[in-house]
Amino acid sequence: MRIKSEKDFFSGLLFIAVGIAFAWGATNYKVGDAARMGPGYFPLLLGILMAVVGLAVTFTAMTVETEDGERIGKFAWKPLFFIILSNLTFGVLLGGVPSIGLPYMGLVAAIIALTFIAALAGEEFKFKEVLSLAIVLAVACYLTFIVALKLQFPAWPAFIAG
Amino acid sequence: MELFNHLAIGFGVAFTPINLLYAFVGCLLGTLIGVLPGIGPLATIAMLLPATYALPPVSALIMLAGIYYGAQYGGSTTAILVNLPGEASSVVTVIDGYQMARQGRAGPALAAAGMGSFFAGCVGTLVLAAFAVPLTEVAFKFGPAEYFSLMILGLIGAIVLASGSILKAVGMILMGLLMGLVGTDVNSGVARFSFDIPELTDGIGFIVIGMGIFGYGEIISNLGKHESERKVFAAEVKGLMPTKEDFRNMLPAVLRGTLLGSALGILPGGGATMAAFAAYTIEKKARMRPGEVPFGKGNIRGVAGPESANNAASQTSFIPLLTLGIPPNAVMALMVGAMTIHNIQPGPQVMTSNPELFWGLIASMWIGNAMLIILNLPLIGIWIKLLTVPYRWLFPAIVLFCAIGVYSTNNNTWDIWMVAMFGVIGYTFIKLGIEPAPLLLGYVLGPMMEENLRRALLLSRGDWSVFVTRGLSASLLAVAALLLIIVLLPSVKKKRQEAFVEE
Repeated sequence: MRIKSEKDFFSGLLFIAVGIAFAWGATNYKVGDAARMGPGYFPLLLGILMAVVGLAVTFTAMTVETEDGERIGKFAWKPLFFIILSNLTFGVLLGGVPSIGLPYMGLVAAIIALTFIAALAGEEFKFKEVLSLAIVLAVACYLTFIVALKLQFPAWPAFIAG
Repeated sequence: MELFNHLAIGFGVAFTPINLLYAFVGCLLGTLIGVLPGIGPLATIAMLLPATYALPPVSALIMLAGIYYGAQYGGSTTAILVNLPGEASSVVTVIDGYQMARQGRAGPALAAAGMGSFFAGCVGTLVLAAFAVPLTEVAFKFGPAEYFSLMILGLIGAIVLASGSILKAVGMILMGLLMGLVGTDVNSGVARFSFDIPELTDGIGFIVIGMGIFGYGEIISNLGKHESERKVFAAEVKGLMPTKEDFRNMLPAVLRGTLLGSALGILPGGGATMAAFAAYTIEKKARMRPGEVPFGKGNIRGVAGPESANNAASQTSFIPLLTLGIPPNAVMALMVGAMTIHNIQPGPQVMTSNPELFWGLIASMWIGNAMLIILNLPLIGIWIKLLTVPYRWLFPAIVLFCAIGVYSTNNNTWDIWMVAMFGVIGYTFIKLGIEPAPLLLGYVLGPMMEENLRRALLLSRGDWSVFVTRGLSASLLAVAALLLIIVLLPSVKKKRQEAFVEE
């Protein structure tokens, strides 16, 4: 057997995995019967249904011809990595990580870090340009969210604001 | 007349200076984000939702309605100018709209879209106001079995209209339903699938899902493409006004589109897309006037018809949401989430318990439409400028707005970790060619479906036949079955594939 559609094949596998995971998880809760459904009843039903749909998708992917094999193609690892990293850094700087005793650095620092890391995901990286973008964004966000909308964000690092 | 009394209440609420201001800001922001290439209405609404948190419920909903229309309008603008449909319902606008833009007639195309949408919006508002009362009365006759069947119908509708594989759409809906179940079960108090993480016992935030999948997923995917693939054709717009000849061609198309859109929008399952496709087909079949440009070469009717239809439909698609509390498509699902955040449970009781909010919202939709035409046609030059802003400046800003928006929902960094995860998931969906919109609809419907299924079967003592022995429920299921059969018929299946090929 040859895979006729790579995209569908892996979609099917994904559905099967998620379906089974939920169905298996559901059995940890009381399932009950139709008249008295426990918390596990509906997720078990859906999970099984989803795994079945996944099987059908996988099966179709191995039988129905497609013109180009519907390849998944290359993953854009660079943007994926930097966008997610910029997001995580933003969270760490804005809120700190109390469990390891890392204090927060506040919104302004978080915005500047996010802009720089996110910009690395693009095709070109010009330091001066990114710096001005970061400053503009930081000032604009400070004015909108903290001055105008009065959202409860720490603006400056913990050691300055006290 | 009762209808006008109701509308008068609504306009009384909406026409206060402060609410007009919110409607204005909403439209402006919605268009601003909506015209950015690669960001559809879903991502736009998800991103801007936090901006409404601080407002009182009525103002927040009015602003959201503004954002919604602004985002949709922004979607048609990119469709015409950049050949990039923001969402499924403006896919057909691309065909003739972009051709017009290439011929230097972007102005008339945008004006046709704007004016057609405005007219359709007016009619849609009236239809909405007229149908709301009788439908709400029907809604009170709905038992759990009927609600469950109606949701099945809505989900089938979403499957039928999803682009691409039907099976994959079913899978996504199931995944969405399951994700909706994460968190504390209301009946037993058991925290399901929460891995003992306190934040997860409240469920997965829908903003997190929306922004992760539709915001981050899209950005990563856009960055993965080469610069040339997302090239912006910045058409020069000279002269906004359509000619007399254009008006003569447009008018019947607008009327037909409006009629079709108003009717199809009421159906659950993304009526707007269907309406736009149907309107385009009808325009193609309608007799050509002498000297008219053929379709696909920049015919103004090919813009005016579908744009009117999808706007009328997006207006009337509020009907199932406001009267029954059931979102008919992914955008409306997002609106449900927005309403719940403001402590409003959409459904028949809103109209009776909170008439000011209900009619105020309906009136503000009309205002939103009016504002778009006053605001956007003169400002079109600015929107075009925005399209030429290099993507390398835009995307860090978008990432930032997503991150701030997510954090401000709960002031909790947990949501930021979650959105990172959903960003990866969203990108995976795009790579696997899975359309993610049905997931969001399923996610919102999940808890509602479980609750109604549970109640229906409790009342019938576990007898599943209750869904087919009650007349109303049986007919809803029959319509759902019919839809499914139609779409699986070989001839329709082929047509459907052709229709979506243009994306």
